[in-house]
Amino acid sequence: MQQLNLLLASLPDGILLGFVYGVAAMGLTLIWGVMNVINLSHGPIISLGMFGAYIVFIKMGINPYLGLLIIAPLGLLLGVLIYVVAVHRVINAPHLSSLLATFSVNMIIIGLGTAAFTTSPYNVDFNMGSVTLGSTTLLGTRLIAALAAIIATGSLYLFLYRTRPGKYIRAVANNRAAAELMGIPSSRILALSFGLGTMLAAISGALIATFFPFSILSGGGYELKSFVIGVLGGLGNPIGALVGGLALGALEAIVPAFMETSWVPVIEFGLFILALLVRPNGLFGAKE
Amino acid sequence: MKRSLFNLFALLAVLSLALAACGGAAPAPTAAPAATTAATEAPAAPTEAPAVAVEKTVTVGFTASQTGSQEVSSKRQVNGFNLWMNQVNEAGGLTLSDGTIVKFAAQSYDDESNKERVQELYTRLITEDKADFLISPYSSGLTAAAAVIAEQNGKLMITTGAADDDTYKQGYTGVFQLYTPGSLYLTSTVDMIKTLDPAAKIAIVNESDKFSTAVVGGLKPYAVAQGFEVVLEEAYASDTADFGPIINKIKDSGATVVLGGGHYPDGSTFARQLYERKIGIQFIGILVAPPDSKFSELGDAALGVTGPSQWEGKATHTEAEAKGLGIEWFGPSGADFAAAFEAAYGDKPTYHAAGGYTAGLLLQKAILNADSVDSEAVKAALDAMNIFTFYGGIKFDTSAEAHGLQIGHSMVVIQWQKNDAGELVREVVWPADVATKSPIFPITAP
Amino acid sequence: MRNWQKYIGIIIPLLVVAGLMLYPTVTGKAAARETAFTILKAIALASSLNILLGYTGYVSFGHIVFFGFGGYVGFYLLSSQGASLWIAILAGGLSSGILAFLLGKAILRLRGAYFALATIGVNEAMKAFINNFDLFGGPTGITLNFKTYLAYGGASKALEMAFFIVGGLACLAIIMSYVIRTSKFGLGLLAIRENEDAAEVMGVIAPDAKTWAYVLSAIIPGMIGVLFFFKNGNVEPHDAFPLHASIELLVMVMLGGQGTVLGPILGAFAYQGMRGYLVTSDFFKDIQLSVSGALLLIIVLFIPAGAVGWLRKRSELLRRVLA
Repeated sequence: MQQLNLLLASLPDGILLGFVYGVAAMGLTLIWGVMNVINLSHGPIISLGMFGAYIVFIKMGINPYLGLLIIAPLGLLLGVLIYVVAVHRVINAPHLSSLLATFSVNMIIIGLGTAAFTTSPYNVDFNMGSVTLGSTTLLGTRLIAALAAIIATGSLYLFLYRTRPGKYIRAVANNRAAAELMGIPSSRILALSFGLGTMLAAISGALIATFFPFSILSGGGYELKSFVIGVLGGLGNPIGALVGGLALGALEAIVPAFMETSWVPVIEFGLFILALLVRPNGLFGAKE
Repeated sequence: MKRSLFNLFALLAVLSLALAACGGAAPAPTAAPAATTAATEAPAAPTEAPAVAVEKTVTVGFTASQTGSQEVSSKRQVNGFNLWMNQVNEAGGLTLSDGTIVKFAAQSYDDESNKERVQELYTRLITEDKADFLISPYSSGLTAAAAVIAEQNGKLMITTGAADDDTYKQGYTGVFQLYTPGSLYLTSTVDMIKTLDPAAKIAIVNESDKFSTAVVGGLKPYAVAQGFEVVLEEAYASDTADFGPIINKIKDSGATVVLGGGHYPDGSTFARQLYERKIGIQFIGILVAPPDSKFSELGDAALGVTGPSQWEGKATHTEAEAKGLGIEWFGPSGADFAAAFEAAYGDKPTYHAAGGYTAGLLLQKAILNADSVDSEAVKAALDAMNIFTFYGGIKFDTSAEAHGLQIGHSMVVIQWQKNDAGELVREVVWPADVATKSPIFPITAP
Repeated sequence: MRNWQKYIGIIIPLLVVAGLMLYPTVTGKAAARETAFTILKAIALASSLNILLGYTGYVSFGHIVFFGFGGYVGFYLLSSQGASLWIAILAGGLSSGILAFLLGKAILRLRGAYFALATIGVNEAMKAFINNFDLFGGPTGITLNFKTYLAYGGASKALEMAFFIVGGLACLAIIMSYVIRTSKFGLGLLAIRENEDAAEVMGVIAPDAKTWAYVLSAIIPGMIGVLFFFKNGNVEPHDAFPLHASIELLVMVMLGGQGTVLGPILGAFAYQGMRGYLVTSDFFKDIQLSVSGALLLIIVLFIPAGAVGWLRKRSELLRRVLA
């Protein structure tokens, strides 16, 4: 009974958070799906999104949700830049090359970020009030973040399925050689996909910043979560990533009801390995 | 053509790497520019000094966390130490009975809050930079690794910002702790709660790391012995950002008091979310984060949060206090220190800064007592040390089991309150005889 | 003369290690010894990783888990059970080997990025587990009583001894790496790297071969872990399983040239030397991470075969000399 109470109290919250995790993971999984690259600069880009929200809100006084309209295109541009500089040359090389290329971008961003912001924690003190429903309290910032996450996912889907560049992306993901034969400019499409992936990372970072403190190193933790989610939902499957995000959010709410909170990462990563072994294409029936 | 150009570029890169590698393997030449700052000071000064006086520059070595998770507190500690050093040097150094003038120089490296290189850097400080005395890095974990190097090279190390008791129970003889040990961090808070609400139900929620676990190890038996019911014990991973599930657990346990936390990032997050979720907690005591000035950035979430502090400007220890106890007083008054610190860094000193400053002060006093800069003599002076400074009492355990453990210092409890202008300020609320304000209790305002 | 030439591929790497071990001894500088320790440790770890990464092509992102796990087991025996350093080191290597065997049976079925992700998961799960495991001190970790060093002639002697052991382990890792590369077993591994399915058709029993390569690559890191914690005098979960250190190992192997014996050695030397220099240099210390990152990027983009691979491509002579 006590556990049930705890679950009822924590679960809605965890699920709201899961939407935001899902957006971060979607960025990772999109890049993987299109070009088979695991983007190790994912974490620092999430951090940059957080600092984006900080600068927009604290320094420029713009509402952080409106600020997303500034942060998203910047994230897109940054992604295209990273693709052109670091990824394009190794796109057909073995995995190790692209992993290390994106890891060096990771080091560069963290190095510059440390010089600019130090590694101290920052806060975007932004309060949207809260709603109490029975035994649970829902924070306004998280409700809006979840809403923003849903909008981001919806837009991504509209883009991928309704627009020409979006269809190109899916074609390149499906079979790059064939897409090239059809006259699709694959390099530009790859750059665009990478840009979209980092844009999603930056958006999730900005949303997270509205309720958690952060430093330039914070992104690393969300990058790991994105890996877990990506695998749970099936790498390369954006909708799977959202579902995986919700699953992870729920898990983080459920586990503390039954054992000490410090066991959460044990369960999380244990499940991750298990999922890889049993259903490497995702728990939710993603297609190859 | 294009290809060979790339290759040339790449070759250059490899070459520069190799050059850098040689630099790393043979650090003597590269370290030279840094070391000269210490060396040039020595020959320059004697020309001004009277002919008889011999001037000696004592090098104090330490690593600081300029980056990484310990950065906030570590920087304050280093600022405190540097302030002391500048003051002593500007005052013409210390004069020993044989006329020798002792001046100080600092040498430090960035340990990145990471144990990987701490030992390498301390070895370098001792052997390359010829550090005569060592100050610890910030945090118990880094200090534990540094202490091994200090001990095996026979160098004295004054630790500050390293409260965990364990390090001083490993048979070291040259490591001296300035902070009140971790196991005593929250015991005075328990005493205070006893006066506020003896029937309080306590939830202990702490970061699962070395320091916080040591604190909780001392806290729990003490709280139980004082007749409190501990209704929840919960440890969370260091990088926890979402405290929602934990807070729900606290609510569910029926606790009225929350004690715990860990370091700055998680502690401030925890406090903020406790506030946002309004679960009717009457008293919050959190480690490390509340005594930091940055904590006020949390705004209303900071209001009413308490934390143990090694030192507070508002309840600084005084010469009169020392006299009353019959203990020798040494060093500047708390007000002088605070004013000098604010003048130098534009920021009010926190206990980390006071700790850094006092580490220097303690070294100064030990050198003066020993009338020598010889390690053995200074060590004997530290063993016999029993003084009172603005930072409080300093006295070390000299038993074989816990040599160097701090036994003369006590902590105060601070609480964030609003002053008349509505600004958040840190007030000392315990012990009652030094308190500047009475505690707000319970803190849950409507 | 012939024989000498035949073994040149192993002689050069061993000479590098011998040089690293002699340099601090000859100059008598303890700081140089510490730097050399860091480099030798990196050489041993990178050479071990190369057995898996370079020869079979499986990218392990969590290789440091063997360093941490073996180190914890050995260090526990050393500090709490009164085992000698030698027993502890053996136990560390053995426990890492067993862990690799069990893990290998499970996760080596995964290919490419899936395997890489699984190794990250293993490392993080292990770190989180040790943090909750009271026998190993949980979050507090284990601290070694200073008196333990007395059995080895005092702390100073003990640390000097640790230095020679790490050198020995580095040599062992290199010899292992060389023997495997020149053996039939190694040929099988290389075949797996080129095309796993084809290799199976040609009679390589891939699952077994991969598992043994994994086990062999895990033993030395476990031993190094015990030694490093012994030298540090304490261990906490977060210093035993640093994910970034795993990635740094990959960087070292990559810099020097994967799949070669000499490559990881040069890579470890260059990378650790560079980081050691940058972190203590006044000019670079604020942006040292960015400088390292930029250099790495240049290497990855323009000389993906690493230094040794690049040199080997240049001339016939170098190909014979550099293994």
